[in-house]
Formats: sequence, C-alpha cells, structure tokens
Amino acid sequence: MAIPEWLRIRRSRSDDGRDAALWSKCSKCGEVLYRRDLAANLFVCTKCGHHFRMTAFDRISTLIDGDFNEVGSEILPGDPLGWVDRKTYPVKLSGDREKSGLTEGVVCGFGQIGGHDVALGVMDFHFRGGTMGTVVGERIALLLEEALKRKVPCIIFTASGGARMEEGMFALMQMAKTTAAVARFVEDGNFFVTVLTDPTTGGVSASFAFESDVIIAEPKAMIGFAGRRVIEQTIRQKLPDQFQTAEFLLEKGHIDMVVDRHELKNTLVRLLEYVAVPA
Amino acid sequence: MNVIVDREKGLLELEKRIAELRAANASQPLDMSPEIAALEQKYEEILREVFGRLSPWEKVNMARHPSRPTSLDYLSQLDRFDELHGDRHMRDDPAIVAGFAMLRGRPVMAIGQQRGRDTKENLRRNFGMVTPEGYRKVQRLAHTASRLRVPIVTFIDTKGADPGIASEEHSQSEAIARCLYEFTEARVPIVAAIIGEGGSGGALALGIADDVIMLEHSVYSVASPEGCAAILWGDATKAEEAASRLKLTAQDLQQFGIIDEIVPEPLGGAHRDPAGVVARVLGTMYAAVQRLSALAPETLREQRYRKYRRVGAWQVGRQETIGKSP
Repeated sequence: MAIPEWLRIRRSRSDDGRDAALWSKCSKCGEVLYRRDLAANLFVCTKCGHHFRMTAFDRISTLIDGDFNEVGSEILPGDPLGWVDRKTYPVKLSGDREKSGLTEGVVCGFGQIGGHDVALGVMDFHFRGGTMGTVVGERIALLLEEALKRKVPCIIFTASGGARMEEGMFALMQMAKTTAAVARFVEDGNFFVTVLTDPTTGGVSASFAFESDVIIAEPKAMIGFAGRRVIEQTIRQKLPDQFQTAEFLLEKGHIDMVVDRHELKNTLVRLLEYVAVPA
Repeated sequence: MNVIVDREKGLLELEKRIAELRAANASQPLDMSPEIAALEQKYEEILREVFGRLSPWEKVNMARHPSRPTSLDYLSQLDRFDELHGDRHMRDDPAIVAGFAMLRGRPVMAIGQQRGRDTKENLRRNFGMVTPEGYRKVQRLAHTASRLRVPIVTFIDTKGADPGIASEEHSQSEAIARCLYEFTEARVPIVAAIIGEGGSGGALALGIADDVIMLEHSVYSVASPEGCAAILWGDATKAEEAASRLKLTAQDLQQFGIIDEIVPEPLGGAHRDPAGVVARVLGTMYAAVQRLSALAPETLREQRYRKYRRVGAWQVGRQETIGKSP
C-alpha cells in the first residue's frame, strides 16, 4: 500500500522514541511482535488475533484511499476551569501532545473509502484516554455539519474513557453538542456509521456512539456506560470477563456487527454502496 | 455522613433550648425574655456563620440533604398531575416520575427524577439512579409531548445513571443517548430545573432545555465528586477536593452560561422552607414556559441548536501537530 504524502510527512516528523521501539508485546498472549509485522497486520497480533489500540493516523491510513483533508485541526483546547491537581491541565495537554503527536483526542476530515466520499472522524485513546472535552465535541460537530453540507456519509471511530474531568461541565455539554449535530445530520437523510473500538465508555458511548444508523464494533472491544470498576464497586462482586465486550453487546442486541479489523474496510465499503446507488 | 445534617444537629439543640425556655417563661413569674432574645440572636449568628457561605463540598451535601424537596414535592404542587407509567418494553422505573400536568393552568409534560425520602423508598426508587427503562419512559413521553405540542418541564435530582449489571445489559448508553436526541429534536419549549444533585450524563438526559433553572445550592457536574476523584486520582475519598475543582455550583455554571437562572434558597437550605422554594421554582418555570411558547417551533429548535452548538471553551490557532510544545 502506497503511503500518502500527508502521512509520510507526519511519520517522518514523529520518528521519535515511541516509534523507534522495534518490538511490541501483545497484552493478551504475551507474544513479542516485530513492530513492522504488527503494522503490516493492521496492529492485530499475528499469534492470537488481539486487536491493539490504533493511533488515529494509523487508522486513517488503513482506511482512506488517497488524500485525507483534515478539518477542525485549528480548534485547540482552552483551560476553562483553570484546572490544577498534580499538574495543571495545560501541562497535561502538552505532555499528551508530545506523547501522541496529536493536538487533541480526535482527528476529523474528508477523503474516500473504496471510491466513496466520506466524512471520517477517528478518536485516539493515546490523547487523554480519548476523553471528550470541548475540542473533541467541537471537531465532531464541525465534521457532521460539513458532511451535511456536502451530503456525504459520516463514519466515526470511537475510543474513549468518557468525559474529560478537567473541563468539568463544558465536557459534559459536548454530549449535547454532538447529539445536536448528529440529529441535524441524520434527520436530513444522511448515513451515519459508528465503529466502536476499545474502549468506548461514558459520555461518548452515551451520545454519538449510539446514535448512528449502523453500529460496528471491533472484536473484544470494551463498550459500556459505566466503567467496570464502578460497577464492581457498586455491586461488590467481580464481573465476568465477557461482560461489556463487543460480543456481549452483539448478543444483547445493542450493536449491529462485530467486525475483524482485516474485514473492516470491506464492510464499510459494502455499507456505503447501499446509500450510494440511487434507489 | 452528610456534613450539613451534621451541622444542623448543633443548631437543632439550640432550637430546642429556646423553645423550652419560651415554654418555661410563659409559666413562671421570672421574666427570662432577655436571655431568650440573646439565645435567639446567637442562633441567628450561628445560622449565618454555618450557612451564609457554603463551600462547593457543602453545597454537594446540601444538594443531597435527606429533607431537601424532591421531584414529587414539586409535582404535588402542580394544579394537576396524572402520572404515566412504563417504557412499553420492560418495566416501569420508579426513579422516574412523569406524566401530564397543569402548571398554573397550562398543560405540560412533567418529568422528574425521584430519590427516596426514607430508606424504604430509596430502595424502591434506587436512590434516584435511573435505569435504561426509566430513560426510555422519558424518551417516550418527550416524544409524545413534542407531537402534541405540550411543553416539557423536567426536575433533575440524581447522583447519576444507574451503574448496575442489568443497566449495562439493557444499554444504558443508548438509552441516555436517545434521550439527548429526543430533547434536541423536540418541537416544544423545554424547561429544566436542577433541584438537587445533577450528576453527569444521567442528569443531562433530562437537561437539554431552552431554559435551565438551578436552585441556589444545587450542584451540576460532569461526574460526582467521588467519581471524579476515583477517575483522576484513584481515590474516592478526595471528593471534597474534586468538588472544589469541578466548578459545579449554580453560581459558577451561570457565569459559564451553562445554566440560565438561579432560584434563591432560604438561609440553611431549601428544606427550611419547602413550600416557598417549590412555589418559586414553579413560578420561574411557568414564566419561562410562557416566554418560550411565543416562539415558533422551528425558531425554538434553531435557538436550542445554537445554544448547545456554541457551548465550550476552546481556542482557534495553529499548533504544530507533531513535536515539542512551546
């Protein structure tokens, strides 16, 4: 697969310590994997099939045919509460920027998947645990508004620990903001797909993640409203391993399908074809 | 332990002493009026000292006060209230009390989160923590209200959505998300009042509104202070610190533009004059419903969209995507 220009530039600029690591250990089976093999296998363990968490740009490069035109990258976080705990919020943010190479927890833009124009938003767990603060909400709302103007389907990949505490109620209100944008988009007759990746919880799962026409999840992804620890503390007992996994949600009827990462692009293209062909 | 209840104990003793002295004074020749007056003055001083300026954590405790008026205390003061039950799929969630009502002669759909006023009721109502079935009842009734052009009024009072196994099995996420969607789309005025604790997404599910009212000592937060402390610091006992950082008071939130109006409480909290507080909240709600009813449904929805579309705090700038931050 040819690497698009935009990605090559980003990669060359992010060739720091993190990417220099040649080996990655599978957190499920313990297998030590050569990083290049892992990347070639879409970050799925070659031994046990465990789906590693992907960075937003890796994800985009595995889906988008050619160019990806980012929107909303100029929207950057503020510090509305003047938050301080062990560190200030701006210090936490700059640490995450260095660590992840991202300006915030979601990357949004336009491109083509299998020849179909799409709006694509990809959340990245490596930035503040994918938590939703103002910028995540704002970028997603912008993406949906722009997709509405262009009348193209919108696909959003979620990965989130929930609302971002450091932005307080401003963070919670992003659930309202994204929902408002989703409602306009879908009520206008446009196609909305979400792909839930590990983990998708809290304010993200209780807003746009579960407001789409088709909900796909990656194998074994942890998906739920309340975190596992919170539930265990509430009921004072251990939860079964299977609880809150993608497969569990499929069985309970809350998502449409669980799709292996190798089949994901094909699946999306097949879905896009249903809305591309005039009825 | 509730810190407000704790403090009230000392005051209650003083109240009792004053009452005793008064009774004794009436039945004996020796005039103790000056002593009683002094005690009363002292009582007032203590009251002001204890409740005059509440810290965020004290407000959290005030919002959770066992005697604070609950949704049913408000609903019972409407001209009429006909409760409607169930989500039409699974069951009726007693943590949501809802139905048609008359607010000063005006038909409304009233929806409230109901915690218990004693242990027995708390068990039945799950401490006001709503399950997916409760949120689906809310969606259903909000949808009906929108279709029939009946304004929606909500009473928010919950620690948060129920975090149990069954709630996850029935998709708490989807249930809340659909409530948000329904409220966003509703073609009628929505007025929400945070009467106690507004905890997280479970509160916001009833909170998307054209006018958001908050009682003076209510709190509204992205997570409960305990939850926030557990998430950030792995230590729920740091709740007091979290409460002070989260900016969850009515005064902070009004400044942020997240809520619209504050209804004052008497010194010592809403439970010191429940009837007065309930009347004031209902009056404020009525005025808001009247004001908003003058707007065409599409104008109303457009306004609501813009209100939630702009909420947040961000900056627009250029920042190197990759590399060291300044």
